[in-house]
Amino acid sequence: MTTRSKHDPIVEMRNIEKHFGSVIALAGVSVDVCPGECHCLLGDNGAGKSTFIKTLSGVHKPTRGEILLEGKPMNFDDPRDAISAGIATVYQDLAMIPLMSVSRNFFMGNEPVKKVAGLPFYDKEHADRVTLEEMRKMGINLRGADQAVGTLSGGERQTVAIARAVHFGAKVLILDEPTSALGVRQTANVLATIDKVRKQDIAVVFITHNVRHALAVGDRFTVLNRGKTLGTAQRGQITPEELQDMMAGGQEMVELEGSLGGTV
Amino acid sequence: MSETAQPAPASDERVKDLGWRKLLIRPELGGIVGTIAVFAFFLLFAFDSGMFSAQGVLNWSVVSAQFMIIAVGACLLMIAGEFDLSVGSMIGFSGMMIAIFTVTLGWPVWIAILVTFGMAVAIGALNGLIVIRTGLPSFIVTLAFLFILRGFAIYLPQTIERKTIIGGVSDAAQGDWLAPLFGGKILEGVFTWMGDNGLISVFERGTRAGQPVIDGIPMLIVWALVLAAFGHVLLTRTRFGNWIFAAGGDAQAARYVGVPVNRVKILMFMFTAFCATVFATCQVMEFGSAGADRGLLKEFEAIIAVVIGGALLTGGYGSVIGAALGALIFGVVQQGLFFAGVESSLFRVFLGVILLFAVILNTYIRRMITGER
Repeated sequence: MTTRSKHDPIVEMRNIEKHFGSVIALAGVSVDVCPGECHCLLGDNGAGKSTFIKTLSGVHKPTRGEILLEGKPMNFDDPRDAISAGIATVYQDLAMIPLMSVSRNFFMGNEPVKKVAGLPFYDKEHADRVTLEEMRKMGINLRGADQAVGTLSGGERQTVAIARAVHFGAKVLILDEPTSALGVRQTANVLATIDKVRKQDIAVVFITHNVRHALAVGDRFTVLNRGKTLGTAQRGQITPEELQDMMAGGQEMVELEGSLGGTV
Repeated sequence: MSETAQPAPASDERVKDLGWRKLLIRPELGGIVGTIAVFAFFLLFAFDSGMFSAQGVLNWSVVSAQFMIIAVGACLLMIAGEFDLSVGSMIGFSGMMIAIFTVTLGWPVWIAILVTFGMAVAIGALNGLIVIRTGLPSFIVTLAFLFILRGFAIYLPQTIERKTIIGGVSDAAQGDWLAPLFGGKILEGVFTWMGDNGLISVFERGTRAGQPVIDGIPMLIVWALVLAAFGHVLLTRTRFGNWIFAAGGDAQAARYVGVPVNRVKILMFMFTAFCATVFATCQVMEFGSAGADRGLLKEFEAIIAVVIGGALLTGGYGSVIGAALGALIFGVVQQGLFFAGVESSLFRVFLGVILLFAVILNTYIRRMITGER
């Protein structure tokens, strides 16, 4: 990286369109993310958030538009292409396999191997040691690497998935509603994890429909509505109320909020 | 973010120390307890029946080994999240193909065996491909093959030889280099020596007077132990083993991190077919004949052995050692009831009861692991 500065975006998505048959899920969305930045993608249900990140993570191919990674156009055929290019995605409920141990989950798909008598064997010692170490860095003390993921809380599971993505060299980390099913304290833990990841100069795309979670860690905020970008704002330029209004489509929400005493 | 910077407390006051329950969270536990219970029972009630003489031990070892060979394949496939109900029919079909190739077509036995293995593994791959491509439950797809393969195992000998049992394989197998790998015995010298030195009993009269009552360990038992050891190492000590767990635990989550789930599942279908064919080949070489009804209900017996061994029917959890112990329990009880002079139909009652207990225990264990209620 000779000519690129830290503040150039690592990923640029330009005028992404995605059509499913007659349904236009995305009608020209543009978003970019810089290293060390947490870019929040907000939107109500059906706004196109999931389609958008699935396009970025290689699950869907965009109908139109282009994806630039470090200035180079990308054409992902499947999620594995995106992963090897450094774009990792943590899905809300598909991050971990509960019946498997933490270390087996951590190294799933990237198992360390050591040769014994010329044959490649799974290096359990290495896997366990690295897992415990990485978890400690994220503030989770495991009883042992053999502990099944099913015994962890939802927030801890998200943290394991995030730590896994970071450990395997993600440059861009996409988090799909990581806090939506969590309690207050677990949410705080996951947000703290996002902050730690951002400080390692990793670009974070944080998808949420909770304005307060977004404002807690976000540097920039992009609101999607009905497959379009409603605009991008910098941190400090926008109030929670404004964000909430944009997400919900404005006027009706104001009336609703009025009747609920402005607590939503 | 000071609240997260502090290290998590060493113990959580809301978590009870389970102590002994931790031991329960091992898939093999049911198999180990069951094995001890079964041996204790028969040592108490059938010790004098000859069940634990050299011949008796060989008798139930062979039966257990038969179960074990197919249980290893069924176990790995079940952990990968799929079923194969065509195992029993595959045994009948493969055995029949070997007999047709050698007796009717006059091929050398080794070619017949290799071609049959090729066919069986290809059918296993077809099973897997159909399951993956259509997204149908493997239960239904392999149920179809249960009937298709059994149908051919009856139709082919009927049409070609006008009978449902084809004999004469033993004569063809004389002097063949590959046949002893399935029908032969090992350590014959050791048993002769043991007989000569009075360590095991010898025949007292007849044409084999002076020879030991056991003249070697059948290759069937060797295959069972080798397959179980291979399956255990593959599952717990290799990256492919991790993929098997992942494919059965949550196929979509595994795909998202780059695990080749489809390849893993198809390979496991092929391995199951391979195990069934090992069983069939050993049986044909032992009896010298192939019967159209061989292997009937074996698919269910394999699945029961696997479940007794602690595997979950939903996939993602289980143990080859457990499945092997399940097969041992099976063989010991089936033959033990015979030695103890109990009506053999009671074996089926026993099967049903132990299956029910195993499934309930497994569900309980899974709840403890995943923390569900």
